[in-house]
Amino acid sequence: MALAFDEYGRPFIILKEQDQKTRLRGIEAQKANISAGKAVARILRTSLGPKGMDKILQSPDGDVTITNDGATILEQMDVDNQIAKLMVELSRSQDYEIGDGTTGVVVMAGALLEQAERLLERGIHPIRVAEGYEMASRIAVEHLEHISKKFDFEATNIEPLVQTCMTTLSSKIVNRCKRHLAEISVKAVLSVADLDRKDVNLDMIKVEGKVGGKLEDTELIYGITVDKDMSHPQMPKQIEDAKIAILTCPFEPPKPKTKHKVDIDTVEKFQTLRLQEQKYFDDMVQKCKDVGATLVICQWGFDDEANHLLMHRNLPAVRWVGGVELELIAIATGGRIVPRFQELTPEKLGRAGLVREKSFGTTKDKMLYIEHCANSRAVTIFIRGGNKMMIEETKRSIHDALCVARNLIRNNSIVYGGGSAEISCSIAVEAAADKYPGVEQYAIRAFADALDSVPMALAENSGLQPIETLSAVKSQQIKENNPHYGIDCNDVGTNNMRQQDVFETLIGKQQQILLATQVVKMILKIDDVISPSDY
Amino acid sequence: MAIEKILKDDASEEKGERARMASFVGAIAITDLVKTTLGPKGMDKILQSTGRGHGVTVTNDGATILKSLHIDNPAAKVLIDISKVQDDEVGDGTTSVVVLAGELLREAEKLVAAKIHPMTIISGYRMAAECARNALSQRVVDNKENAEKFKSDLMKIARTTLSSKILSQDKEHFAQLAVDAVMRLKGSTNLEAIQIIKKPGGSLMDSFLDEGFILDKKIGLGQPKRIENAKILVANTAMDTDKVKIYGARVRVDSMSKVAEIEGAEKEKMREKVQKIIAHGINCFVNRQLIYNFPEELFADAGVLAIEHADFDGIERLALVTGGEIASTFDNPESVKIGHCKLIEEIMIGEDKSIHFSGVEMGQACTIVLRGASHHVLDEAERSLHDALCVLSQTVNDTRVLLGGGWPEMVMAKEVDELARKTPGKKSHAIEAFSRALVAIPTIIADNAGLDSADLVAQLRAAHHKEGCNAGIDVISGSVGDMAELGISESFKVKQAVLLSATEAAEMILRVDEIITCAPRQREDRM
Repeated sequence: MALAFDEYGRPFIILKEQDQKTRLRGIEAQKANISAGKAVARILRTSLGPKGMDKILQSPDGDVTITNDGATILEQMDVDNQIAKLMVELSRSQDYEIGDGTTGVVVMAGALLEQAERLLERGIHPIRVAEGYEMASRIAVEHLEHISKKFDFEATNIEPLVQTCMTTLSSKIVNRCKRHLAEISVKAVLSVADLDRKDVNLDMIKVEGKVGGKLEDTELIYGITVDKDMSHPQMPKQIEDAKIAILTCPFEPPKPKTKHKVDIDTVEKFQTLRLQEQKYFDDMVQKCKDVGATLVICQWGFDDEANHLLMHRNLPAVRWVGGVELELIAIATGGRIVPRFQELTPEKLGRAGLVREKSFGTTKDKMLYIEHCANSRAVTIFIRGGNKMMIEETKRSIHDALCVARNLIRNNSIVYGGGSAEISCSIAVEAAADKYPGVEQYAIRAFADALDSVPMALAENSGLQPIETLSAVKSQQIKENNPHYGIDCNDVGTNNMRQQDVFETLIGKQQQILLATQVVKMILKIDDVISPSDY
Repeated sequence: MAIEKILKDDASEEKGERARMASFVGAIAITDLVKTTLGPKGMDKILQSTGRGHGVTVTNDGATILKSLHIDNPAAKVLIDISKVQDDEVGDGTTSVVVLAGELLREAEKLVAAKIHPMTIISGYRMAAECARNALSQRVVDNKENAEKFKSDLMKIARTTLSSKILSQDKEHFAQLAVDAVMRLKGSTNLEAIQIIKKPGGSLMDSFLDEGFILDKKIGLGQPKRIENAKILVANTAMDTDKVKIYGARVRVDSMSKVAEIEGAEKEKMREKVQKIIAHGINCFVNRQLIYNFPEELFADAGVLAIEHADFDGIERLALVTGGEIASTFDNPESVKIGHCKLIEEIMIGEDKSIHFSGVEMGQACTIVLRGASHHVLDEAERSLHDALCVLSQTVNDTRVLLGGGWPEMVMAKEVDELARKTPGKKSHAIEAFSRALVAIPTIIADNAGLDSADLVAQLRAAHHKEGCNAGIDVISGSVGDMAELGISESFKVKQAVLLSATEAAEMILRVDEIITCAPRQREDRM
């Protein structure tokens, strides 16, 4: 450990408890950081592409997750290393921003780090490498803009959108019925999208899953499902043209928040109290009935007496509905959440064309469907699948597909997938490199090599010869000056991605390159790691 | 430079071949565990719980066995999960689904060792599963139109399902029971309407189906033991002391006489309530909660049969069968729906008294009373019967029926084999492996029955070479027999679910190339 000494040879104490800290400096630090980043990327590398493999993740509680979604893997991996945590952050920010390409961005960053390591060994200063990467990423992003295509779709012609979603889904385990799921996703997004403002509020799409049935039974419900049943087993199971009172007050005797006592000391008081109590329940139900409600949805529980009164007055009710669901129901049905019975008015009731209870399988699971709502924009995707892990994975896949569809609606530029965009960028960056004087040239060239690693990993995962395939595609792209050639992962027979209809959103790709470069720059700039030692 | 550790201390990571090995080994171990319970001659397992009392369960129901295991291997957990889902969704075939998935993985392991990429295997399996499903759906028999034939189909299915369980000795009896019970449901899959009461004593043959409803309760003292043309009020209300529900209410008195007054008022209140209830014109009152002595006495005086503390399910079911509604307030006697039944009487089952409601309005519900030597036998009998009921109720909805005894597997295997021959490329190995995995099921059935599986399966295969063959394994005589003649049938829905979820699970496990186990959560000492 490097220490400063005073004129008598005694060391200066600079850090608190200096001896107990481990410290890495200079090239050592950079190399350690790079190797940590690479290790994370190596884990994800095999999950890339339509033939990517899955990972089993066992949580601290022993639950099992099976996924090949980069963000999920990293999230659940319980990473300890600082740099590795940066990579986790990287994939998370891609997830938040774009929702797809979370694996790709980490693989890209890993490749950049690998190239940087070589440059460092040749004695190039890390800042110069970082700057070179920065320039290269700008070239690549511009080039992406250049090769991107506008992509036309209308609300009536959803086919192109479905195709894009299918590309996203094809790398997941659900690719067996990707067509079906893609259609569902697109329809869901379109029904909540505001095409004029090019805005999509994904909060309006609720993704629900229930174990059992087949993946093919997954359906899109124009409405909301609630995992609850009617409070009384004899209430009607189906209500048409429901007027819904949405309450956050319990059908129970009042419980004032201030501490109080009601003292009973005479028989008369006992009697009046009893009568009041009875009247109280009666009033509550009557108020709901008076405003014309035909269904009560309540956040709290019901007293037995109230429950019977509700049933008796033919007023179906649902209890213990969660706050989030309550809000969604309010949005969907156009109703208002009412905190007190006194405030119920006919205008505050929500409306739905059909409310029905549906039961599943041999267990007594029941769910409530609220359909044909006044504000039909809220939709629910209801997933069925063989087991819990399958459903969780399907949820994640649908989330990705929804994000892709949303991005296309926001910005309809696309680039072709299958690694073709990366290869094309790599060629462009390589060509541009020679124009830069100075050491950066090397960094830019390294960047071009790093770009190649994505199609390389794709080819590797698909069981193709990586180097052979990549060089063949690259030469084809240059020869025909056509940026649409990529890796033929699915063994279709052509590597023209345009014919295969494999494409990705432009912003997604640009974001990948920018985010990866940023993180790599950050890692390269670190030259000192001080951490408390283990003991 | 040391390789950086990126995971937390206790976390472990297994990659590539090792990860795949770990999941194969785990899955195959689970398969071998439940394998011996498959088929009519399958053996049972004893499960001893680690909880207090070390309770013992004897079963050969796949889902029950797997549910009770504590497994650490993630791949094994996937298999347990599919068996659970199979149980929830169709109720039977819980062992078959695990065995098929395990066999698929066993074959896959060989292929992986022969350097075939898992993705290739998966796509081969997918093609094979699709082909197998088509093969099955072409060979189904659908007797929806013909009620008489359909009923005999149901009987056959019930017999087949039950023959692998503890009830196999009396399968004829129980098959009849199950079919009768399900036919009463008239197409609904709500098995709640079928109540199963277990009473130790007697033999399994003494079990019976009762068309009415049996409530496992006693009639209050001094009340009539038999009521004809009963009018029943089903209620959920407090009949002990009717507490004031307004929060914070309490009694504060300053003298003994006041206490007595209040007590009097309370009694008066209860008396009024009872009067109101009696004013409904009923002669039977069933409450979910307790009925204290005082109101009970009042009921007895009025000649009303009062039954207390019927549990929640009992109340709901009773309301369902008698057509009454569950009441909690009693101010409007004219509008409360009251349940009816022809006869209520106290009956003896074994040594216990129960209340029997017969001639109920809604004919859907019924009660099955199981008798047997011990609790373990009864528990297992209930599980077996539950399986049979589930399968039957699913079959009522999807009336397609297949033959059993390894016949469906052989049919599928034949078609899949043919597909393998037509498919170019590496996939064909995987398709062939799929067919081998299918054949493994009749092999295991034969093995479990102590028969010469190699010989039998070879004979079967030869027999299936002919079109429209009905051959399967006849475990009783130990030879290849005609399944249609032997009357061994299975539900198409169950077979399809087995096929699809087994393939799905195998696929899921095959796709894995890395297992990351997080550090187990530290248990905090609560002491």
